[in-house]
Amino acid sequence: MSEARTAGPAALAVENIEVVYHHTVQVLRGLSLTVPTGQIVALLGSNGAGKTTTLKAISGLLPMEVGAIRGGQIHYQGERINDVAPHLLARRGIGHVREGRHVFEDLTVDENLIAAGSALIGRNIKPEPELIYEYFPRLKERRSQVAGYLSGGEQQMLAIGRALLGKPSLMLLDEPSLGLAPLVVEQIFEIIARINREQGVSMLLVEQNAMAAFGIAQYGYIMESGKVVIDGPTDKLVKDPDVQRFYLGYGEKSDALASFRDVKHYKRRKRWLS
Amino acid sequence: MNAPFDWIALAEFALIGVFSGGLLALIALGFVLIYKGTGVINFAMGEFMMLGAYFFYTSHVMWKLPMWLSLALTLAAVAAVAALIERAILRPLAGQPVISILMATIGLASALHGVVDAVWGGNNYEMPPLLPRKAFTFGEILIPGQVVWSFILAALIITAFTLYFRYSRTGIAMRAAASDPMTAYVLGIDVRRTQRLTWMFAGVVGAVAGIVVGSMTSLSPALGGAALGVLAVIILGGLDSIAGAIVAGLIIGVIESLTAGYLGGKVRDIVPYVTVLLILLVKPYGLFGTRQIERL
Repeated sequence: MSEARTAGPAALAVENIEVVYHHTVQVLRGLSLTVPTGQIVALLGSNGAGKTTTLKAISGLLPMEVGAIRGGQIHYQGERINDVAPHLLARRGIGHVREGRHVFEDLTVDENLIAAGSALIGRNIKPEPELIYEYFPRLKERRSQVAGYLSGGEQQMLAIGRALLGKPSLMLLDEPSLGLAPLVVEQIFEIIARINREQGVSMLLVEQNAMAAFGIAQYGYIMESGKVVIDGPTDKLVKDPDVQRFYLGYGEKSDALASFRDVKHYKRRKRWLS
Repeated sequence: MNAPFDWIALAEFALIGVFSGGLLALIALGFVLIYKGTGVINFAMGEFMMLGAYFFYTSHVMWKLPMWLSLALTLAAVAAVAALIERAILRPLAGQPVISILMATIGLASALHGVVDAVWGGNNYEMPPLLPRKAFTFGEILIPGQVVWSFILAALIITAFTLYFRYSRTGIAMRAAASDPMTAYVLGIDVRRTQRLTWMFAGVVGAVAGIVVGSMTSLSPALGGAALGVLAVIILGGLDSIAGAIVAGLIIGVIESLTAGYLGGKVRDIVPYVTVLLILLVKPYGLFGTRQIERL
């Protein structure tokens, strides 16, 4: 882990968590990461590395899938949140945008936002759908349409807008680029960066699309089989040859045949690094 | 057939069917609420009706409390029972196979039956008529007053619920939680609370239906049996659609009334099921049941 990057408690501090599903399958093995207040932190890694599980552990969803945090601590703004129910975390300002968008398909866009207003319960804040429509004018045009018929990009906008309506201090974004055209991805990442800047929302951004993520994040973690293997400021990570090779898809001339031996080599090196 | 066909009788049977379909739709609403909200078919729906009727009888006839107070007490009591059932039986079963949950509600139904038998005995009680009996006449057609008023009452309650789910924040949150509980949770919706509310609403709906049915016939533990007939309605309507419950309630009402009128009461009990069978062959999701919206 690197030096403390800001003063005061971090928006999110995950220390050495172990997550087990169905009492037997271990998915996270001592994962640690920090999201300093106001920053965007990217969490990258291949399929099955445990990125989504990490977000679920933070937002309290694990018990719903017979998963549990077996060890370690999760602190949100300095307070331990290991065992807090998901709806209470949402009401304390953690906005989780789940992988695969999950809009309420048979509710209209407006109704999706109204439902999301539940995150404001007990906080004495009025819901501001207009703010969401300012960030996503496309949604405003479709506000009375059923969400199931929106395009993929619009659904992703709604998913982000819904979380934003709950006035989060920390947003967990799970692959916002999933299944979207490059142009739409670019658009959405621009808005994510704007939300971070203008609303001061700290963000933990899980992505497969490393390029897009590094474009807006200040710091990055790369995880593999349940723990972090490389981390650093994104401007350093993009120059790391291993990262270039395996996550950005360039670097040393990559010929497919040689790659398996290289993966082995990479794994050795990785262990050494962490 | 030599005698000229009696069109008036046909119209009368059909109209009586439409109006009695209101009550079927109301009971169906009780099933649909719980199925939509929690994915469970509650076979104890009829027992909610039975409890409602017995509670009302006890407070109104035995304790001689005024009608409105009795009604309020009854609805509150059945809602409380429903909440208790949700907490004590359904929640621990969350995540279990559908068949286990189904069996649990069937077991619950016979347990409630037993309790009612033990407390009130198996006798028939006469309930005081609640709805005005004065018949409605449309030309030569004569419709019993209770049937029309039960329809109006059912329509009012169903409309109230529809408006609630459309416009109130809690109602919208309940719909959200019903369609995707995990996502609802991370948006700050207390899904356990919405599920409890769902059961309480279904309890209230069942209790009202039970009181009405009891006042139109008589009060015995068999009263809840009416709800099983409504299974045909919800399957036809598509299990998770309130609109489907209404339309299917009216259709089954008409079919029941016509067959009872022309073929006699015995046939009446099977015809709805035969109709449902035929319709499901063509539309397996029921008339209004949702298929998933697929976007690729």
